[in-house]
Amino acid sequence: MSENKVFMIFQDTADARPFVDAFEQENPEASLDYQPGMVRIDAMGELSISQAVVSELAGRDVDLQELHLTLVSLSGNVDEDDEYFKITRQ
Amino acid sequence: MSISISTKELKPLRTNYAHLERRFGNKKPASRYQEAVYDLQPTTNFHYPPSWEPNKKLFDVTRTAIVMEDWYRFADPRQYYYTAYVSARAKQQESMEKTFEMVEKRGLLQSVPIPLQHTVKQLLTPLRHVEYGANMNNQDICDRGYGTSITSLASFNGFDRVGMAQYLSRIALLIDENEDTGLVQAREDWLNNPTWQPLRHAMEDIFVLDDWFEIMVAQNVVMDGLLFPLIYEHFINTVSAQGGGVFMMLTQLMTEWYAETVRWTNQLMKVTAAESQSNAQLLNHWVEHWSERLTQAILPIAQLALDQQAEPTLNEVKHALLARLTKQGICASGDSHVRK
Repeated sequence: MSENKVFMIFQDTADARPFVDAFEQENPEASLDYQPGMVRIDAMGELSISQAVVSELAGRDVDLQELHLTLVSLSGNVDEDDEYFKITRQ
Repeated sequence: MSISISTKELKPLRTNYAHLERRFGNKKPASRYQEAVYDLQPTTNFHYPPSWEPNKKLFDVTRTAIVMEDWYRFADPRQYYYTAYVSARAKQQESMEKTFEMVEKRGLLQSVPIPLQHTVKQLLTPLRHVEYGANMNNQDICDRGYGTSITSLASFNGFDRVGMAQYLSRIALLIDENEDTGLVQAREDWLNNPTWQPLRHAMEDIFVLDDWFEIMVAQNVVMDGLLFPLIYEHFINTVSAQGGGVFMMLTQLMTEWYAETVRWTNQLMKVTAAESQSNAQLLNHWVEHWSERLTQAILPIAQLALDQQAEPTLNEVKHALLARLTKQGICASGDSHVRK
């Protein structure tokens, strides 16, 4: 049942905010769990964000690689490009 | 043997200040931008009416004919509050300083033909007075405007203009090898040369407008929307094609700054026009009036910059501006072409 679970965990900081908000906005199915100092985003099968949405939320041009600066952990197979970042598990 | 340390989670009772909680709820903490901007505008307990304007309150929504039910409906898409603004500008300044240093050190200006240097100096240097005027207009908006998301942005915007005036001065000093001749001449041109008088006249008329939102439209939307593309795109591109590529580097800040400005002016126009029919009509009227007036005022400058290409280019720039504003819900009928 939970075999295809994917998650991302970010530090709960201002830098991570546009990424967390983008995951929340672009993955309506995902659940967000605010834990002390970090935010955990869980979903089944897939989680993805696009550069356009993150940039919009941050109010500047964001390089998606910046997410690694506040990333704590993730689980899933990473598929990434300049335009999007996606983790999947079938 | 293993030691298990039990953890206990302490949930904060409140995640937000009450005024932010009313707006955004308490599901997650407000962003720094929200904390630094929303509902900071004083709204009550004005015991003393301003002696210079006894029929108004100290902070008064009626200083503009624009009516907004909530003055915070507009939010800066760049989300600039002090820290974000200062660190963004510090980064840009650092890269500009590097550029100036390199141009100076490697003598890059020496490869630019002298007449071309002269043309650039003649055009860019008086613009520092335009920048300073734009600063005054923006500080005026900050002073008399309403809603912190608008007034704080106007104040930042004003400081940007002082910064750009300084870079324009430095370009003149670079060309003149640190003599002040270009600066003195530019002031003389701004005050007396017929090329610059229509723009100076328009600028001074904007200084004394009563409605701060009209200043916003005239200065930040229309005047900048015409001058910046004309000078920093079209003119600098022409200069660059003639061997003055170095000036493209030296004015990079202005190009970047304008691209950034377009984003918030679009948003402000869109939100304000969408609020009500009467707002949209006022904006239409202001855009129409000022785009007409300022296009005529900028024409002599365009002729100095682009010669034969002046009129078609200025028309193109004007149409691009009006087209951009149409997308935000402003339909000014500014289709008449510039006349000589």
